[in-house]
Amino acid sequence: MQLTVWTYEGPPHVGAMRIATAMRDVHYVLHAPQGDTYADLLFTMIERRQKRPPVTYTTFQARDLGSDTAQLFQDAARDAYERFKPKAMLVGASCTAELIQDDPGGLSDALELPIPVVTLELPSYQKKENWGAAETFYQIVRKLAGPKAPPPGTKPAPRDPARRARCNLLGPTALGFRHRDDLKEISGLLAQIGVDINVIAPFDASPDDITRLGDADFNIVLYPEIAMPAAGWLQRTFGQPMVKTVPIGMGATCDFIREVAALAGVDASALLDDPNSRAPWYAKSVDSTYLTGKRVFVFGDATHAIAAARIATRELGFTVVGLGTYSRELAREVREAAKLYGVEAMITEDYLEVEAAITELNVELLLGTQMERHIAKRLGVPCAVISAPVHVQDYPARYSPQMGFEGANVIFDTWVHPLMMGLEEHLLGMFREDFEFHAEAAPSHLGGAASERRAAPAAAPIADAFALAVETDDDVDVIEAEGPIDPVWSPEGEKELGKIPFFVRGKARRNTEAYAREFGVRVITVEALYDAKAHFSR
Amino acid sequence: MSAALAAVPVVVRPKAAGGCSDAPVLKERGQREVFCGLTGIIWLHRKIQDAFFLIVGSRTCAHLMQSAAGVMIFAEPRFGTAIIDERDLAGMSDANDELDRVVAQLLSRRPDIKLLFLVGSCPSEVIKLDLSRAAERLGRSYSPNVRVLNYSGSGIETTFTQGEDACLAALVPGLPATNVKSLMVVGALADVVEDQFRRLFAAIGIADVQFLPPRRSTLLPVVGPNTHYLLAQPFLADTARALEGRGATRLEAPFPLGVEGTTAWFEAAAREWNIPDAKFQAAIAPAATRASAALSRIRHQLAGKRIFFFPDSQLEIPLARFLSRELEMNLVEVGTPFLHRQHLATELEMLPAGTMLSEGQHVENQLDRCRAAQPDIVVCGLGLANPLEAEGMTTKWAIELVFTPIQGYEQAADLAELFARPLVRRAKLAA
Repeated sequence: MQLTVWTYEGPPHVGAMRIATAMRDVHYVLHAPQGDTYADLLFTMIERRQKRPPVTYTTFQARDLGSDTAQLFQDAARDAYERFKPKAMLVGASCTAELIQDDPGGLSDALELPIPVVTLELPSYQKKENWGAAETFYQIVRKLAGPKAPPPGTKPAPRDPARRARCNLLGPTALGFRHRDDLKEISGLLAQIGVDINVIAPFDASPDDITRLGDADFNIVLYPEIAMPAAGWLQRTFGQPMVKTVPIGMGATCDFIREVAALAGVDASALLDDPNSRAPWYAKSVDSTYLTGKRVFVFGDATHAIAAARIATRELGFTVVGLGTYSRELAREVREAAKLYGVEAMITEDYLEVEAAITELNVELLLGTQMERHIAKRLGVPCAVISAPVHVQDYPARYSPQMGFEGANVIFDTWVHPLMMGLEEHLLGMFREDFEFHAEAAPSHLGGAASERRAAPAAAPIADAFALAVETDDDVDVIEAEGPIDPVWSPEGEKELGKIPFFVRGKARRNTEAYAREFGVRVITVEALYDAKAHFSR
Repeated sequence: MSAALAAVPVVVRPKAAGGCSDAPVLKERGQREVFCGLTGIIWLHRKIQDAFFLIVGSRTCAHLMQSAAGVMIFAEPRFGTAIIDERDLAGMSDANDELDRVVAQLLSRRPDIKLLFLVGSCPSEVIKLDLSRAAERLGRSYSPNVRVLNYSGSGIETTFTQGEDACLAALVPGLPATNVKSLMVVGALADVVEDQFRRLFAAIGIADVQFLPPRRSTLLPVVGPNTHYLLAQPFLADTARALEGRGATRLEAPFPLGVEGTTAWFEAAAREWNIPDAKFQAAIAPAATRASAALSRIRHQLAGKRIFFFPDSQLEIPLARFLSRELEMNLVEVGTPFLHRQHLATELEMLPAGTMLSEGQHVENQLDRCRAAQPDIVVCGLGLANPLEAEGMTTKWAIELVFTPIQGYEQAADLAELFARPLVRRAKLAA
């Protein structure tokens, strides 16, 4: 057993849901108890998708155990086929159903559905979400593209030079960290260098599209955590080479373009010579003097963490003081990257361990996941999110890729915004004595709790000083005569106000005082507080 | 309707003969879009301030808790998961040793914990990990600093709010005994509501009202044959049974939602304590009048609108009663995960006759009915809300009705507002 408060990855069947939800005309029948339907809200609330994920849960209960759970599964699978008419079906079990060993694969075979059925065996007590997504995608690709495989050992025919090179883009899923925007960016890059896209999968791919994967000249592995097993199989089966460089950051994007151009036999030098990106110039500008040597800690999935460390060091001049991942499958790659920056990679699923390391290292910027965002809030450290797991605010309405040249621009902004920039720091120095620009003030664009908390201790002496000034000020009477008579809070009223949630308390106070002024209430009692509440409740 | 109630200026629709007391209920089973009982921890850990909830479960349980609760957790939560892994499945003694190790680790990290709940999950139930024995064993080791209790929040046994029921029922055997006549309010309420209720009871003339759950585990209410209890929540069947096992008696009442429900709820206690009607009236009048006035300002936004409830919290029937009688809404379908006829008897009486009631869920069939009916507003879980909005429907997240203080007079208008706001938004966005 492992004690955990947060977990970086969900269970493997959630990974399978991310594949099913990304695709078209696929339905997943999941043997699971009723509580497992929570996973739907990841897609409908956190990613704000307009459709429910294409998943039917069997929803077995305690009273079904030992009697008819297998029948429940078959009924659910048959009904799901009739209702949704998918072109392919995935069947599998969640952690609890795994324990009751009903064999969804065998049960669905017995139904003899007229569509391909992919059986998923995802060991919930060993594996996690990304592994589940990768395994699901791999099984789908094998099942659907397999029948078109040439006999083993067949050499792929050389491409007709009159035809443009075409590739598959592999790995983008539902609930992915900016996958939708990355796809647009990378599709644009490929168009610019004259390479066609055969199939994008699993994102928006139908089962028919999957059967055509073998028609491409090579594969681009955009998200190795998800696409690597499938890409490896395609390489072995169809002889398709793969592009492994992940185009996150300026340097990696240029490397990626070179790699694609070499495989496609095209000349991309025009694009490489003039990438039309602001990020490199901003990073060089004098204002960014203040970024130099900032101590950053990087933690996330392996792909984003490796990319972030490279950008931080080579493109922004930060100092990487820690680098880690929860992706055990890619631990070797992260360890190698860490060596480049003279740090020891941290490979762990335990967020408490990550928190301890961050606290220890006196970090100036945290690049991490939603979990690190929580840690950063607690420690009062600036933070930017670079990887899943993420929350609803990481699915922005605007176009916000991580990959390609625009991705480099987005990353520059996202990482630098939480920090004090040069010009801002300079002005703060100039106005150091001004009460609004005291040394503890947070950057002006960072409203909310973090800056309030840091501003609070500084504000108290100012309030005291003000009180002192009022006492000795000759104009006090004038001030009182001009303003309306302010109501006074009774201790009970004030105490009751304190019970109102903090995020509406300010409004409640203002409304109550406005009400008291309007109706001539001098002392705000509990009763008056609720009279005001009733008055404004509309 | 009682004399006391009639004297309060409540605007309610006349009660139809018989209401829904004997109404047929559509019982369905199939896919359910409802949280499991583990999620009750999200409000219980805020309510009982020195308790910790340790789920003994899978990665899915941990993921559920952070995904479902992540929105509202801003401090280190007082709950966690002991994730069962492959090695634990190999043999039971191993799993018990592992659990002891995890609990030791947890209690050394959090010495402020006075009450530890071991919370059973689907996998721990299926592998028959005996958490009651584990709780006894651990309780002996950590007594008297930490009490260790257990209950099940598993999705094969419980839905959403039933987790609170199981938790409170687990507290009942440990309540100190008494023979003194006493009143207990049962069900987690926001502190602000609890304080309002305490003041109103005092004004009515009933002092020393106790609340279950208490704010701190050391302030447990006492119970005995002269204890009368009022349910503040409609989903507490097991807790009620456990209290009655200790000799307590339930005061029959509707739930304290809306002016009418709140008045009748307080009146049930006043009657048992033989409070003179005039005194009762005088005590509740200011708040009841205030609440009625506040409701009357919202009524025009809701009157005549058609509402459809998907099953979620078991609050649906009292809510439907409030919305139909005090706000003149029309009930298209009222779904509930479980219908406790006894506890809801007075509520059912007050529902308009002919209301379509459904229990359990087959979500696809219910969605078909909802689409066919095209209600003005749909109350549903988080998994369904955005897809229904995308289909052009106006929705209200059912979960807000559990997390927001909605009970009592001062909250009656807030409760109405929760339903009015989505309609107002739709109208504004369309304009």
